[in-house]
Amino acid sequence: MEMVNLTIDGQEVQVPKGSTVLEAAQKAGIDIPTLCHLKDINKIGACRVCVVEIEKARGLQPSCTYPVTEGMVVRTNTAMVREARKAVVELILSNHPMECLTCSRSTDCELQALAKKLGIKEIRFQGENSNFPMDTSNPAIVRDPNKCILCRRCVAVCNEVQGVGALGLNERGFNSIVAPAFQHPLSEVNCVYCGQCVNVCPVGALKEKDEMQKVWEAINDPEKHVVVQTAPAVRAALGEEFGLPIGTIVTKKMVAAIRRLGIDKIFDTDFTADLTIMEEGNEFLHRLQNGGKLPLMTSCSPGWVKYCEQHYPEFLDNLSTAKSPQQMFGALAKTYYPEKCGIDPAKIFSVSVMPCTAKKYERQRPEMMDSGFVDVDAVLTTRELAAMIKEAGIDFNSLPEEDYDLPMGISTGAALIFGVTGGVMEAALRTVYEVVTGKTLEKLDFVEVRGLEGIKEATVDVPPVGAVKVAVAHGLGNAKKLLERIKKGEAEYHFVEIMACPGGCIGGGGQPRVTGPERMSLEDNYLDLRTQAVYNEDKSMELRKSHENPAIKTLYEEYLVKPLGEKSHHLLHTHYQAKPKYQVLAEKEC
Amino acid sequence: MSCQCQGKTGEKESKYEIIDRVVDKYQGQEGSMIPVLHEVQQAVGYLPEDVQAYVAEKMGVPLSEVYGVVSFYALFTTEPIGKYKISICLGTACYVKGSGRILEEFEKKLGIKVGETTKDGLFTLEACRCLGACGLAPVLVVNENVHGRLKITDVPDIIEKYRAMSREEAS
Ligand code: SF4
Ligand code: SF4
Ligand code: SF4
Ligand code: FES
Ligand code: FES
Repeated sequence: MEMVNLTIDGQEVQVPKGSTVLEAAQKAGIDIPTLCHLKDINKIGACRVCVVEIEKARGLQPSCTYPVTEGMVVRTNTAMVREARKAVVELILSNHPMECLTCSRSTDCELQALAKKLGIKEIRFQGENSNFPMDTSNPAIVRDPNKCILCRRCVAVCNEVQGVGALGLNERGFNSIVAPAFQHPLSEVNCVYCGQCVNVCPVGALKEKDEMQKVWEAINDPEKHVVVQTAPAVRAALGEEFGLPIGTIVTKKMVAAIRRLGIDKIFDTDFTADLTIMEEGNEFLHRLQNGGKLPLMTSCSPGWVKYCEQHYPEFLDNLSTAKSPQQMFGALAKTYYPEKCGIDPAKIFSVSVMPCTAKKYERQRPEMMDSGFVDVDAVLTTRELAAMIKEAGIDFNSLPEEDYDLPMGISTGAALIFGVTGGVMEAALRTVYEVVTGKTLEKLDFVEVRGLEGIKEATVDVPPVGAVKVAVAHGLGNAKKLLERIKKGEAEYHFVEIMACPGGCIGGGGQPRVTGPERMSLEDNYLDLRTQAVYNEDKSMELRKSHENPAIKTLYEEYLVKPLGEKSHHLLHTHYQAKPKYQVLAEKEC
Repeated sequence: MSCQCQGKTGEKESKYEIIDRVVDKYQGQEGSMIPVLHEVQQAVGYLPEDVQAYVAEKMGVPLSEVYGVVSFYALFTTEPIGKYKISICLGTACYVKGSGRILEEFEKKLGIKVGETTKDGLFTLEACRCLGACGLAPVLVVNENVHGRLKITDVPDIIEKYRAMSREEAS
């Protein structure tokens, strides 16, 4: 690798050619503030918070985009630099609604942190506050354009990572606004509610739709029996909200914390993840052996399902009819569970804690009422759960370790890895292999489908069925590439896993945010850290195959009878329909 | 929304057919968004929301990208444009000589605000920057025709002149 030598603040640094001044400073341990920049995602040099002096270059230059050259001399801490950075932030603040006290991002806001860091005590400019309407049009994402600082991180993630392009920079000059086309609400365009934009927004302009109040009310209502489920990926990130290092698994403390919120039962979505594998695995075998539509595509990521409905309706028949673990749980929480425990199902309030914003949308889909009620009554993101724990005054880190309630709290390592890209595929292969061959699988780890590469492929020999070809994509941008390949006949598979979010659910739109400066300073990709933690945990589990889950066996014996049976069909399977991408075209009559 | 295109009559190309034709023409060419939108605007008259969405779908790009371009360039309009576009210069020389008041007079006489189009689709009123004809200030342009050294009292005459022109064409 060709290296370049430069001097920053009198310190000599050597970095690979092609690095930016910001990266070089990082290496030298010199801190440069940033705002619009987001590692690997947004490099547009728009905000100019990161300016530095570069000898022989005219004026100040944004370090986040400026490439290093041999012998370059950089100064990051001069009066001119400090003054310029301050002016930039003051300008942003001059028309910013100063609502920190009541803003969802207070103490966790990159703009607020920057103002503090740069020592801003007064704002010398007076700007007019904009007065755009809030977008509360949909069940998942709330947009407050008045707090938007036009950094365009959301635009970059939605367009380049997700390939959706629901958001863009509209108008120009003082009228500029980041919004869907025509400033329409997100519900009228092709947004899939994945929440990736929410994760990268440095301020309070994008957030999840709040369902905390609803949950508090149910907890306070003595008539209600509140059951909670927690998705696999939540335990791999919740600790970050309480200052624990990225990649800490906090399952048992999380269970203890949720119990102390005052709910009635704490169960695990992992239980129904195992159930999903039973149903979906059998569906796969059924399609394989009866000439059904292939490749079978997973359907547990509601952002992906919506994307398929709006962007690739030609693949709707490929989608597994098996509901997601959240919705399987929801259907059972108001049928099997109350029947078994002698509770009136009408009194049950079922809450799920998800790493995902699209799950808020999924729970409100008309297909999701098979129990005779709304199957899931509220969805909290990982962030919302953390906020509730804090509000309740629970000291998370000093909690004892506790276990899930029975029976829907028993699960396997196969279910746990649902939270990472490739996990559903690996879990399915573990079960399908043993069900078909009747033999014990020697090597449980299907490493080919693990990791953060965008598209992964593997061929697994499953005698007597033969070679099973699988593919895995995470992040809708990668999904699009994979689907195009399948569409053009360039690739053929039997089974395809797609997760809307980069990294799978551990990188979901409802997970704790990792800020721009944090991403810069981390040695590893934060998604890698969460992924590793999940696989380590899987390794340590006693049961690692879904079909070995004893509670699932009991569920079939007592209630469902068999996978793909009549009850399963009614409660655990569904169908999806094509939806228009843009409302303005849906109304087109000619 | 009721159908406003001329489709299905068999006489005139519908706006969606126009888009199909224009996009096909530029198929595979890099950076063809602006020329495509420009041509569609010329043929349809303006770029309403459904037209932009249809262009996006046809070109295989997100609607946000199309709207980003349309809303950035002053060249594009999302409102219908009248048969006669009256652009009144508000450049310094013209303004000093009272073009602001002439604009107001047009607003009053036509019953529309600047940027709007009359209900009969005949006139669109616009303000523009220096047209480089300061010697004739105050100046306005109707489509390609320049009218200079204007007085407030010229306003009704100009309107009537184009109304008559339109009637003549129709008969
Ligand atoms: S976005 Fe940040 S700076 Fe703005 S009101 Fe919220 S916390 Fe304060
Ligand atoms: S939720 Fe996802 S699809 Fe919707 S705007 Fe945000 S990033 Fe784009
Ligand atoms: S909504 Fe947030 S991420 Fe998007 S441009 Fe505005 S401040 Fe940046
Ligand atoms: S310009 Fe470098 S962080 Fe915004
Ligand atoms: S100012 Fe009107 S033409 Fe120059």
